[in-house]
Amino acid sequence: MPVIELRDVRRTYRMGEDTVVALDGVNLAVEKGEFVAVMGPSGSGKSTLLNLLGCLDRPENGQYLLDGKDVATLDDDALSAIRSERLGFIFQSFNLIQSLDVVRNIALPLFYMGASDETCEARARELAGRVGLEQRLGHRPMELSGGQQQRVAIARALSNNPVIILADEPTGNLDSRTGEEIMDLLGVLHREGRTIIMVTHEDDIAAKAGRIISMRDGRVQSDSGAGA
Amino acid sequence: MNRVLRISRLGAEGLKLHPLRSLLTALGIIIGVGTVIYMLAVIEGRAAEIQERIKARGSNNIILRAKKPADDSKAGTSRTREVVYGLTYEDTVRIRETFPAVEVIVPVRDVFGSVYSGESRTDTVTMATVPWYLDVARGQLLAGRWFTDVEMESCTPMAILGHEAARTLFLWRDPLGESVRIGAKVYRVIGVLEPTVTSDEREALKRDRAIYIPLSTVRERFGERNVKFVSGSMDIERVELHEVLLRLQRSEDVVPVAAAVEAMLERFHANKDYEVDVPLALLEEAQRESTKSKQLFGSIAAISLLVGGIGIMNIMLASVTERTREIGIRRALGARRRDITTQFLVETLILSVVGGLIGIAGGVGASALHEQLVADSRTLVTLGSVVLAFGISALVGVLAGLYPAVRASRMDPIEALRHE
Repeated sequence: MPVIELRDVRRTYRMGEDTVVALDGVNLAVEKGEFVAVMGPSGSGKSTLLNLLGCLDRPENGQYLLDGKDVATLDDDALSAIRSERLGFIFQSFNLIQSLDVVRNIALPLFYMGASDETCEARARELAGRVGLEQRLGHRPMELSGGQQQRVAIARALSNNPVIILADEPTGNLDSRTGEEIMDLLGVLHREGRTIIMVTHEDDIAAKAGRIISMRDGRVQSDSGAGA
Repeated sequence: MNRVLRISRLGAEGLKLHPLRSLLTALGIIIGVGTVIYMLAVIEGRAAEIQERIKARGSNNIILRAKKPADDSKAGTSRTREVVYGLTYEDTVRIRETFPAVEVIVPVRDVFGSVYSGESRTDTVTMATVPWYLDVARGQLLAGRWFTDVEMESCTPMAILGHEAARTLFLWRDPLGESVRIGAKVYRVIGVLEPTVTSDEREALKRDRAIYIPLSTVRERFGERNVKFVSGSMDIERVELHEVLLRLQRSEDVVPVAAAVEAMLERFHANKDYEVDVPLALLEEAQRESTKSKQLFGSIAAISLLVGGIGIMNIMLASVTERTREIGIRRALGARRRDITTQFLVETLILSVVGGLIGIAGGVGASALHEQLVADSRTLVTLGSVVLAFGISALVGVLAGLYPAVRASRMDPIEALRHE
């Protein structure tokens, strides 16, 4: 059974008078342990797809089965619960909370899951060690380099032991050297058996993934691993 | 519940990030609450002072006083004038027979003229009255005793000295057993009064300086005339009684009986040569006055708290906008809408509640300072005013915080994450 299954998903936006079709009948299945890169020009619907997969948005039509369960019809609170318990996010601009130190940023999903302070602290320290930031536990995001900040974000995405990790241009704000380090880290996670879906527009970054999906005009144009 | 507490902690942390901003935001509430406490304390203090003063004169009493009627014939036509006015023994008899609600009647006549003890002299009022005066007027004996019914009957010349009069006439000597001369007559001193305890200083001074003698001795010895010399001319006044105190059993009778007594006096006196003083009516008037000023200042304070609330709302709206990105991150990572509401609402609640507490402390401090700096002032901080001010500040906090907090929670997480 696939971890993610989209069946004929549609999503439109109203822009003033016009209706923009962002997703126009997308079908997609991702198996557990896959590393998928989603590519496409801007406006192709890849960001909308990622928001839907991340339960930040709901499809108008169609079904979204996450781990076999249809989440398209859940209410806002239930979607929040799914985000905190089953999803991990990595953003292009890191999206760390500036007023919190490294440990508390990493533990944020656990905090909203309702884990105890001790659990949050212990898990965050362990993950900071995994991404090589054991010396930076008490630092604020402003005191870290871009690469370090993205490592914090990756540790944060791992803290709740998610079913899938969603990455939105994770190397977009980094120089190529640091970007490569981040990609290496994602590669390690993939080899550990994690499911990763990554949006990117850089071919060499996409090449690190096992499967590349190209989107155009709200549809899947090509899928290197479809049916695999 | 546990979750609410954990989220609340975030609210407190949010405030600690900007201590100065938090303080300035709370300032509106601090000043508003402080003003409420301070103004109510001043009003309450003044009301309590007035009430005490009135109660000291007896809330069950009606006081009738002789009042020289307005003079129609121009002064100066004659150097010697005789004026007859005031209350009479007949009045007291009529009151006793007409109003069973009147429990005790105390007639008082003022006798003018210097009082001597050897070489010492005091110009004071001698009050000629009855054996039960002390009880109705709420006086206390320091030493000796008051005169008895028998001594009243037998017109025994005895005097009781007010505290101040005793000091003036006898300095440090014990006046008991000594005698004083009033006009040509000699009275034996049998008692000295305690200083009068009332915040009405004029009344206290009058009583402390007075000398009290049996009314019967005055009727016999002085006749019914008082002679006053006023700037070269001689006024002869004939007054039977200067004052009549009526004490009633029940305070609810005071106001109607006072009205009926006044109506009766009006029928038997050609001129209005008397006045009716009802301490209870004054008390009720004073209470109405203080309620009115409380309402007035209350509404001013309410406006300042409203302004404080608007200030908080304004800052919170700005803070929500400034922290849009943070809200988006928290929502993406699993915060529910009500978690966001709680976080921001707790911030305003803490601001207003802590602001309220500081304001209460400030108001109490200002009240204490007011007593120190303003002579003869009293302030009274009541529990009611503290509870009221605190309750209103908490309410303002909730109302001012609710809209920004709900607005924060309604944000679309996708839009919020894109916010720069």
